[in-house]
Amino acid sequence: MERIGAVLHQQLVCYRLQLRVLSTSLFDGLLAVFFPLMFATAALLVYRIKGDPEAMQYAGLGAAIMGMWTCQGVIASSLLTRERWAGTLELLVAAPTPLSRVLVPITMALSTIGLYCVVATILWERWVFGLRLEIASWPLFVLSVLMAALTLALFGFFLSVTAVRYRTSWSLGAALEYPGWLLCGFLVPVELLPDWIHPLSWSIPTTWAMAAVRESANGGSPWADLARCAAIGLAYAVLASYLGRRLVDSARRNATLALT
Amino acid sequence: MSAVQAVDLKRTFRTRTGLLRRTAKDVEAVRGVSFRIEPGELFGLLGPNGAGKTTTIKMLITLLLPTGGSASVLGHDVVDDVREVRRRIGYVFGGDRGLYERLSAYDNLRYFSELYGVAPREQKARIGELLELVGLTGRERERVEGYSRGMRQRLHIARGLLHDPAVLFLDEPSIGIDPVGARELRATIGLLKEQGKTVLLTTHYMFEADELCDRIAVIRSGEIVAEGTPTELKQRVPGGRVLEVETYGVPEATVASVGEVGGVRSVAMEERGQQQVLILQCEPDAEVTQGVLARLGGVRVGRVVSREPTLEDAYVELVTRA
Repeated sequence: MERIGAVLHQQLVCYRLQLRVLSTSLFDGLLAVFFPLMFATAALLVYRIKGDPEAMQYAGLGAAIMGMWTCQGVIASSLLTRERWAGTLELLVAAPTPLSRVLVPITMALSTIGLYCVVATILWERWVFGLRLEIASWPLFVLSVLMAALTLALFGFFLSVTAVRYRTSWSLGAALEYPGWLLCGFLVPVELLPDWIHPLSWSIPTTWAMAAVRESANGGSPWADLARCAAIGLAYAVLASYLGRRLVDSARRNATLALT
Repeated sequence: MSAVQAVDLKRTFRTRTGLLRRTAKDVEAVRGVSFRIEPGELFGLLGPNGAGKTTTIKMLITLLLPTGGSASVLGHDVVDDVREVRRRIGYVFGGDRGLYERLSAYDNLRYFSELYGVAPREQKARIGELLELVGLTGRERERVEGYSRGMRQRLHIARGLLHDPAVLFLDEPSIGIDPVGARELRATIGLLKEQGKTVLLTTHYMFEADELCDRIAVIRSGEIVAEGTPTELKQRVPGGRVLEVETYGVPEATVASVGEVGGVRSVAMEERGQQQVLILQCEPDAEVTQGVLARLGGVRVGRVVSREPTLEDAYVELVTRA
């Protein structure tokens, strides 16, 4: 019991300090404030032309999660690369704490930034575009958004551990930024994409989180989508945890930890 | 039981070149290094850049896997007992990096306390003690981005000591620090020695090694070429003396010809601003000054000083010997 308490204390303190690292950069702060709002603006300006309230609701919900995808997913994938540039990666790997437990609070801190993006985008849509999102069930909607943040952190965690061994793998996350808008169905339904792309969309937990957000807003049942989202997110977490150990060993064999 | 033991430790790196036709080349960074460090000893590992010092340290602290030989820290194998080794060691490297710039010194120490397993109820007192030890009390709430290099380096040492490790690895901790900062750092390292810590120190500064180390190993091209106390190493410059000649714009060919003067064992050149100082290791009774000045010919010469050999002379002799 004492051990569990110590681990929770460790995760909480590390989360708080990592959130401080992320939120005290003026540059990163500006990006986190403006990027999601600009993307939402572009999306809503395009959809507004049609004058269809349903289309605006679709775009409004998509734009909210789109900001989270950009701010959280892309940064999470470069998480270990940032540590490498700061010269702290070797210290994190050399710590007696397993690397996966080092990374969880960092990704959770990123989730907090992601949640901020959702709230900021919804408020922006309301104040600037007068778009009042119709949410049938607020509790389910909030649950779906939280699930999106959590599973996106786990997906980013998976992408980031590969950077321990492969220095440039963070660019995969960056390269996924704009394709992710289509793949996850933020602005265009996944069903409209070619059939061969569907498996790729389904393999990203955010696709299911987005579907759950829409279902909960539109009065449907989001549980099936939430279950799929949780299962895929968990699979990425397990895979990342396993790969983390293997890739750290590989990095120790191939001397790639200190390389920048 | 030794605190640190390396037996025939080897590390080979494979580098690849070419885009279509990839060719691999093996580079032997460490070629069979063996040494022991006893508990409470301050052991220096000296060598030129690329000699294998950092690679050796990284194998000992479990960040690199050896490609040959074995090593242990406090009886724990660095390959098989990784977790046990990590619990017992601290690692500090030189330079500006390795800290969270946007956090205060206190928060940096708090973060690493958590990762290095310091019990929550002990953290506050431990951090306070260490800030006192490294002379940062009163500045701990400031962000690290505003710290000088010397302050960062002292903070690094505090970080390395958070979990009270029995063995501390200091990899060129004084690199780039001004003389006052370096002196403070040496005092801190001296305190660690007094506290009974085992320390492995790598440095380029001979006076630092001379002042601090109980024993020193000189590593060259991945192999240890000499080991002993600083006094023993100085005695390796056998009964000789050193002649220093300040010159301005001396050509390399002339330096080589100076080395051929009778009674001169070796010659090394050191750049000091606009001067090139020739450091000649000479036979004990040889009169070489006239011969050397004759070889220098039209080269402008400043002061010529004859002195006893230092640890640096022994080092230069060891690492330049063919």
